[in-house]
Amino acid sequence: MGHDKTMEVRLIENGTVVDHIPPAALFKIIGIMGLDRDSEHRMTIGTNLESGRMGTKAIIKIADRYPVGHEIDRIALFAPEARVNTIRDFRVVEKRRVEVPSRIEGFVRCANPMCITNHQAVETAFEVVVSAGADSGTASSGVAPAAISGAKTGEISLKCRYCEKITSGKQMEVKK
Amino acid sequence: MADYMKPRSLISITDFSRDEILHIMDLAAGFEAGIAADKRSVESTGKIAAAGGDKSSYKSGNCCGRLLEGKIVASLFFEPSTRTRLSFESAINRLGARVIGFSDATNTSVSKGESLHDTISVISSYCDMIVMRHTLEGAARYASEAASVPVINAGDGANQHPTQTLLDLYSIKKTQGTLGGLKIMMVGDLKYGRTVHSLLQAMSLFDTEFVFVAPPELRLPAEYRDFLDRKGLKYTELTELDGNLADVDILYMTRIQRERFNDPMEYERVKNVYVLRAEMLDDVRETMKVLHPLPRVGEIARDVDASPHAYYFEQAENGVYARMAIICYLLGVAK
Repeated sequence: MGHDKTMEVRLIENGTVVDHIPPAALFKIIGIMGLDRDSEHRMTIGTNLESGRMGTKAIIKIADRYPVGHEIDRIALFAPEARVNTIRDFRVVEKRRVEVPSRIEGFVRCANPMCITNHQAVETAFEVVVSAGADSGTASSGVAPAAISGAKTGEISLKCRYCEKITSGKQMEVKK
Repeated sequence: MADYMKPRSLISITDFSRDEILHIMDLAAGFEAGIAADKRSVESTGKIAAAGGDKSSYKSGNCCGRLLEGKIVASLFFEPSTRTRLSFESAINRLGARVIGFSDATNTSVSKGESLHDTISVISSYCDMIVMRHTLEGAARYASEAASVPVINAGDGANQHPTQTLLDLYSIKKTQGTLGGLKIMMVGDLKYGRTVHSLLQAMSLFDTEFVFVAPPELRLPAEYRDFLDRKGLKYTELTELDGNLADVDILYMTRIQRERFNDPMEYERVKNVYVLRAEMLDDVRETMKVLHPLPRVGEIARDVDASPHAYYFEQAENGVYARMAIICYLLGVAK
């Protein structure tokens, strides 16, 4: 009898499946959900999987754990197309599209090295700006942020409440 | 403290509406008239005329010195400043308040590692208002959250300097009689200059036409051009100053800031790219004025100082009236 070369990815009985994650955002989502520090829940993480809609995608399956509202908001920031499915008794009982919040507090670092939030114990706070082509720039000052100029429709940037500078999607880092 | 209980602060020029900006202009004009009346009174009688007890009559003179009687304003300059600090302190003194504070953070608890939050919380309990300059961007907004009294941002790094913008606006209104429908040429460091960006934002409320003159390396950033596009405001970008001044109402010169350049060679290439000389003003509009937030280095030749178009020193003086207006408005003592 030869070796079985197929690895089984088991269904989960109860828990959460985060699907349609862009592969580039996978490790940020792992960080946001604290999965890299979670030694309690069984999980399966796959990436660069085929996806008809996205080309390639990543997926996270976590047993016996259900993300709370602010975690889902945070996922939306890096993976606005993601779906969060709740599983009970092997069945999908809820499918949620993530929604990009209008404000984000406390977990993303401001990209401006001269911002007060990078020098003192200040919780970061951002206004979320979603590029919408010619009508983009919903910053309260009315000035479209630098990262938004020429940005693709739907791209997400953050305007710092304190230094008023823009952290673009590519610059977003989860605060340690 | 809940937001609705927070005192009103001025951190960014966008904190004030168009109507509030116009109101500040009126208040500043009143203070200027009041101080001029005081000076006339002193010259003719040797003393300031009796106040008469009516603090609201400051516009007719003699009461400016009593408006903030009994109040204390903390002047916290974590970063060195000459004009802005002394202009604020002059404004505070003219209003009759007393000033506490420091002009250098070296000998304060900050040097012992105290957080800005704690410093501001404590100083709030010693005063009725805080005027603050700080090297870090966003420090002023953060201070306003920690403070129990109004905070005025006197500059937070390269971010905002709203009182400079309001004194610029006051200077424009005073010399042109209006803020509406003017043509403003901005020259020099349009990439990093915070005064340019704030003035552009404020003047966009008043149907302004802009002309931007800068070398390609210091061109106005795209987000501000996009902003003007969306507002439907006309602007032109040039690289030459000479020969383009004929129909300009305000020429706003700026210094090319050495500290913004990582590459000294790049600074050397652009530092004297625009020098305004008196002969370049021969064919300008009679009412055209040259403004500059100061300090100047080499961008305005000394021979311009004698020109009737030079207005930068008066502009600096206007800072006292504009700051008196802002202080009183935020403290609710001059309606």
